[in-house]
Amino acid sequence: MTDLKYRLAPASEMSRYCFPNNAVSGDASRCVCLIDSSTVEEINHIVHNGGLYKRPFNEAFEETPMLVAVLTYVGYGVLTLFGYLRDFMRQWKIEKCQNATEREEQKDFVPLYQDFENFYNRNLYMRIRDSWNRPICSVPGAKVDMMERVSHDYNWTFTYTGRVIKDIINMGSYNYLGFAQKTGACQEAAAKVLSQYGAGVCSTRQEMGNLDKHEELEKLVARFLGVESAMAYGMGFATNSMNIPALVGKGCLILSDELNHASLVLGARLSGATIRIFKHNNMQSLEKLLKDAIVHGQPRTRRPWKKILILVEGIYSMEGSIVRLPEVIALKKKYKSYLYLDEAHSIGALGPSGRGVVEYFGLNPEDVDVMMGTFTKSFGAAGGYIGGKKELIDYLRTYSHSAAYATSMSPPVVEQIITSVKCIMGEDGTNIGRARVQQLAENTRYFRRRLKEMGFIIYGNEDSPVVPLMLYMPAKIGAFGREMLKRNIGVVVVGFPATPIIESRARFCLSAAHTKEMLDTALKEINEVGDLLQLKYSRRRLVPLLDRPFDETTYEETED
Amino acid sequence: KRVRDTRTKLAPAYHLILEGILILWIIRLLFSKTYKLQERSDLTLKEKEELIEEWQPEPLVPPVPKDHPALNYNIVSGPPTHIITVNGKECINFASFNFLGLLNNEKVKSAAQASLKKYGVGTCGPRGFYGTFDVHLELEERLAKFMRTEEAIIYSYGFATIASAIPAYSKRGDIVFVDEAACFAIQKGLQASRSNIKLFKHNDMADLERLLKEQETEDQKNPRKARVTRRFIVVEGLYMNTGDICPLPELIKLKYKYKVRIFLEESLSFGVLGEHGRGITEHFGINIDDIDLISANMENSLASIGGFCCGRSFIIDHQRLSGQGYCFSASLPPLLAAAAIEALNIMEDSPDIFQTLRAKCERIHKALQGISGLKVVGESFSPALHLQLEESCGSRENDVKLLKRVVDYCMNSGIALTQARYLEKEEKCLPPPRTRTGQICVELDCCFLIPLSHIIRISVLHCIVTSRFFH
Repeated sequence: MTDLKYRLAPASEMSRYCFPNNAVSGDASRCVCLIDSSTVEEINHIVHNGGLYKRPFNEAFEETPMLVAVLTYVGYGVLTLFGYLRDFMRQWKIEKCQNATEREEQKDFVPLYQDFENFYNRNLYMRIRDSWNRPICSVPGAKVDMMERVSHDYNWTFTYTGRVIKDIINMGSYNYLGFAQKTGACQEAAAKVLSQYGAGVCSTRQEMGNLDKHEELEKLVARFLGVESAMAYGMGFATNSMNIPALVGKGCLILSDELNHASLVLGARLSGATIRIFKHNNMQSLEKLLKDAIVHGQPRTRRPWKKILILVEGIYSMEGSIVRLPEVIALKKKYKSYLYLDEAHSIGALGPSGRGVVEYFGLNPEDVDVMMGTFTKSFGAAGGYIGGKKELIDYLRTYSHSAAYATSMSPPVVEQIITSVKCIMGEDGTNIGRARVQQLAENTRYFRRRLKEMGFIIYGNEDSPVVPLMLYMPAKIGAFGREMLKRNIGVVVVGFPATPIIESRARFCLSAAHTKEMLDTALKEINEVGDLLQLKYSRRRLVPLLDRPFDETTYEETED
Repeated sequence: KRVRDTRTKLAPAYHLILEGILILWIIRLLFSKTYKLQERSDLTLKEKEELIEEWQPEPLVPPVPKDHPALNYNIVSGPPTHIITVNGKECINFASFNFLGLLNNEKVKSAAQASLKKYGVGTCGPRGFYGTFDVHLELEERLAKFMRTEEAIIYSYGFATIASAIPAYSKRGDIVFVDEAACFAIQKGLQASRSNIKLFKHNDMADLERLLKEQETEDQKNPRKARVTRRFIVVEGLYMNTGDICPLPELIKLKYKYKVRIFLEESLSFGVLGEHGRGITEHFGINIDDIDLISANMENSLASIGGFCCGRSFIIDHQRLSGQGYCFSASLPPLLAAAAIEALNIMEDSPDIFQTLRAKCERIHKALQGISGLKVVGESFSPALHLQLEESCGSRENDVKLLKRVVDYCMNSGIALTQARYLEKEEKCLPPPRTRTGQICVELDCCFLIPLSHIIRISVLHCIVTSRFFH
């Protein structure tokens, strides 16, 4: 399945609560207030942790109902049994095998794929493959045109009918601030630069590919983030995977959230540092790892760690949760470690002026050592950046893998970022940017509240524009995707291995470009499909305030 | 007989005691608290706090000297085409990989413009989640058709292409035979795969065969393991680090002899070698199906951004779920895909550009011969030429400095060259310091845009360079 997350840790336990832990200081007072929402008896846990939080932090993961969990397992069981049955029939040529096969000349080579790797793809993914990779043929804005495709052989192949399904409400693209546009200031500026510079660059930053546009972009980004210096890279994924190895190496320790994005995981692995995983957004777990690491030093040699780097994301794209940044920063300071914050989804989407999770919590950008983010999402472009102290950026300019070996960013893409960042900062002389940030925040709260009222289980933080709606059962993944498309709404559905096996979900990404009418239409249809597929699982059970069950198992991974 | 009886009678007494102790011991072991190795130190809380207090980490990054050669980038103002303004000085560009001169091509630009008008800039999503555009599908189809393979898959970043493709197939326990001159992207891909890596000497087929034979004897010892151990040879078509080509026909022979799959990285040879620019397979006249996977970037000849892999569907399709850089990254901006499609159109419509490029390469290569102090490394038809010091001046650092003076001197004379940059600590087998020149550009409209006089200028220049720096 097109997975966005790569889990190092085994599937987490069935129930998942997330509450701030009194991790940072022993005397921090903790208070809980239960708020009765005006419409329904919606209960949120607003927890202020020792005054670290300047704003309420409402984040909850409702427990999976037991019956649903059991039925989900049964569903997978049936699918697996059928899979074996069909594999058996394929083997005996009762059913036609549609897999692409090895060349005759190479039949005696060691098989390229192990059979169990493909079992899942062949027998589970193939059934609902039409919910992914849907090709679109317009700008990925609030509404999108999609190429109609049909399959006559149960999703093994697709044919395009040539028809275009017009004006699908797009709840899938990461177009948070609505900068995916084909008209307007950004497009015009990009077009101008394109005709002047051309599309490519044909060289690396360190050789002959350092254009004046790149320098301009980096200065602007540094100013936007409120950091001393910044550097931009051609791909968001590679920003993580090619720069973490420049920062840490053997003898260093990486503490990584269990739900970190694949690019962070890959970067950590490539670095050669020891990696330990803490529970998602669980500060108690993080503090224990930090304490143990410093007290016990490196395994076997007992030497002290050279440095400790904490890897977290601003908004987790599959959970819709927001990092507990005030607590992370307090911990990082207490234990003298460094913080690497990946703002792929939060930059532009959070904070009163779109400066990300740091601004959202009212913190100082200087407290985050490495500010990383992407331009793909809120800015409607491509690429990534790293911001921080001048020494850090100078070091990366010299030693980043990306600067030395990868082609630099395309000039029109750079221009799109420059104009959109200026728009967000209000430097274009309008307040369009700020209005969009506000619109997104309003849309987020409205959409989340309405979905909860309808009785769906919605994960994550109430301010997160990433909204996961729990589907649980494998059959409902495909059904939800198809039913929504039938109603002209494009949604993203995800299942295993992107999520734990029983926590399949649909994910909506809100955008400032969504109008209230669009959201209402979408909500109406979601409500209808929710009834049809019986997705309204929520029991809104009041969960007692206990720290999340925390076992002391840690997962360690050492590069060999 | 009696003696034996007393023995049997006596035996149970101490046996019982022993067994009793044993049972007690087992019970103790069962109920005793399990302890971790770490916690045996039994530090008090205070001691722990002291340790935390005392620990001083290294700084996040060490300071970079202000004069580090890689710190201060050249600033290019305006488009990086064949005439380029570097640090305010206008130069003829011999430093970018714009081999076919398509970067500044009006047709390519207008195709990109049209796409920009229709789709905007970004895709706002990975391929799986509404990030697949009709242009992506078209580009994949066109690339597959151009390379005459069943399927092609595009990535949004050239570096990530081979670096994602290798770990999609080769896993822990598998064996990869790789040329020691392989480029950095391959090295990172291999590292991510965590496979067993065996380096063979650059282009040395005897050395490769030696390793393959070694593996064969190893396999005979453990046939069970051998049945599930995948093996791959990873080579480059035209080596980025050396400028020479791989002996593909011999590699194919070895492939079938030892049943190893071949992955070929063609970033430099795609759109350069062969009659139609199909790369090293066309150059040698080899059936492309004999190569299991071909990977190339679209950032050199195609003058766009991104990369692609092509081959049989059986192999390529696997990356759509397993290629990390494909699944987890936003897709290629449509305007860049449109630019690549138009560049392919041009390559298909005018195959004579490849001959022109080749002729220019050979001329430059010839013109650069015989400069005392510098030698030209690489094939005569390679569009990336390396100039290397004939003898080192003692240390790598000094060599780099000397070459930097050569590059600066040329820059002042209006010729932009570049030093090939390497991360010295990271490279597996660090190539000697080199100046990379002669990214020779072929213009379509007027075929010999770089006139002879420039070539002469280069050689004259090098005479001056030679006299100034080497004597």
